[in-house]
Amino acid sequence: MSLTVIKPGMLSSFQDAGRHGYQHQGIPAAGAMDERAHRLANALAGNAGDPATLEITLTGPTLRFDAPACFALAGADLGATLNGQDIAPHRPLVACAGDTLAFGARPANGVRAYLAVHGGFALPAVMGSESTYLRSGFGGFQGRALAKGDHIALRTPLAAHRDLKALRDALWNLRIYLPGTLGNPRRTAIRFLPGLHWHEFSEATRDAFTRSEFRVSPQSDRMGYRLTGPALALDQPRQMLSEAACFGTVQVPSGGEAIILMADRQTTGGYPKIAQIATVDLPALAQTAPGDTLRFALISLDDAQRLDAERERAFTQLHDALAPLRALLTPA
Amino acid sequence: MNASSEPPSPAEISWRIQPQGDRCLIITFGDRIDASVGRTCLAAARKLRDAQLAGVTDVVPSFVAVAVHYRPDGVGGGPTCSALTARVNALLADGIPVGASAERDIDIPVCYGGEHGPDLDDVARAAGVTPDDVIALHSGPRSMVFMLGFAPGHPYLGLHDEKLNIPRRPSPRTVVPIGSVAVANRQTVIYPNRLPGGWNIIGATPLTLFDPAREPASLLQPGDSVRFVPISADEFNRIRKAQP
Repeated sequence: MSLTVIKPGMLSSFQDAGRHGYQHQGIPAAGAMDERAHRLANALAGNAGDPATLEITLTGPTLRFDAPACFALAGADLGATLNGQDIAPHRPLVACAGDTLAFGARPANGVRAYLAVHGGFALPAVMGSESTYLRSGFGGFQGRALAKGDHIALRTPLAAHRDLKALRDALWNLRIYLPGTLGNPRRTAIRFLPGLHWHEFSEATRDAFTRSEFRVSPQSDRMGYRLTGPALALDQPRQMLSEAACFGTVQVPSGGEAIILMADRQTTGGYPKIAQIATVDLPALAQTAPGDTLRFALISLDDAQRLDAERERAFTQLHDALAPLRALLTPA
Repeated sequence: MNASSEPPSPAEISWRIQPQGDRCLIITFGDRIDASVGRTCLAAARKLRDAQLAGVTDVVPSFVAVAVHYRPDGVGGGPTCSALTARVNALLADGIPVGASAERDIDIPVCYGGEHGPDLDDVARAAGVTPDDVIALHSGPRSMVFMLGFAPGHPYLGLHDEKLNIPRRPSPRTVVPIGSVAVANRQTVIYPNRLPGGWNIIGATPLTLFDPAREPASLLQPGDSVRFVPISADEFNRIRKAQP
């Protein structure tokens, strides 16, 4: 009744939409780097709630289904195959007991893919979330990334008597319309709002931030993306007091290189904050790899909130539209 | 430091609300670390948390500010920054009950100096007092938990006597032992895990500060009133053994 890890891949960890409501205890939200793709995978696997999906990074794992399951993939195309056959992203699919899901059959397009199974993986909720916080070793599967030989139980495997071929055909015949705002994002510039200390940065720095190209440094991970590019500086350097930080806060330590705080960010930070990435563009950012170049463009708060709300509404609509999928998967 | 020990009345409190991007507001009550501003932040955070505002996921106090994290609801598009700002302003204008709810009194046993507090002598030298004086200055008056941050369950406490206004170590340690109690800038932090750290370690507590399986996971909460209680190395070992 489980999934067996044949090869763990570079970094495969369970993540949901994050551990909210505990940041005042210093507990990081963690959660999916590309929350859009995580939720999309869940919706396409016929999940109504927000169970954790497996966040797969660049070099994917090899997994064997030991029980029949419905699953879906979203996010980066990491060259997924089922028993060696290419599989379609953004579709609900059926695996039989013994089937092997592998990655790497094609060059990666993007960085993070999300594997959802119908019913979710059988993981304990820690403070209301199934997200793995790797740095402190709790949440998800034993608080860590997948390792060879792990067995991950499925919460609700497909019933043993299901006619899997009939289910596969029925799923294939489902029409699934994916609104543009939920698809894989391609952006020439990542949109940002001025950070709390934007006006304290020199004019040259503000200019450089909006016009220059930055490179994602190899020292980038789920906690933060370090950027190399023009040195960024305050007009009058001063000590900042620690205060709350967010997913997408761009802070600048005294060395002048920006760090964008990502999913595993600390709850608070004490560096000057030059910018805040618009939530709608966090998925595009999370799909950039070390070595990629980035540009930033200002967006108004109204526009950022409008686009964010539009994406949330699109998820609500997609969820409603996928009622027939959930009906197919729920045992009568 | 505010000379008055009276909590300020709401009329004397002013604040500024700024967006931190499209899913967070930062409400700022002052510009330097001060017990009175800290208490205002804690009271405002409690009031905003108790209000259970729609769409708000986290209310996070820090030294001079409170962050309100929120997200759109997927239906109407709200809450927007402007609507939430108005709501927060109205709630705060209605009164911030500083000092209205009883603080939790918590004793934190600390084994000072020796192997648990390798920087105690350095701190004494920098403060121009004896190591015993440092212990007395640290464990005598109560300390307040201003905020938690940096790591799960990692508290910032203060404010200590002006003599303990000493800088952090010139170069941080790559690993600080679990439970280390460290001071700088009239504040104390306690390392709930093995972490890197640049504060001056004067002792260690045998208590478990963070346990994700415990409810609440963090031993200390914002606003707690803490007394550091000096203990011997033997007591340290005995208490640590008894921790779950």
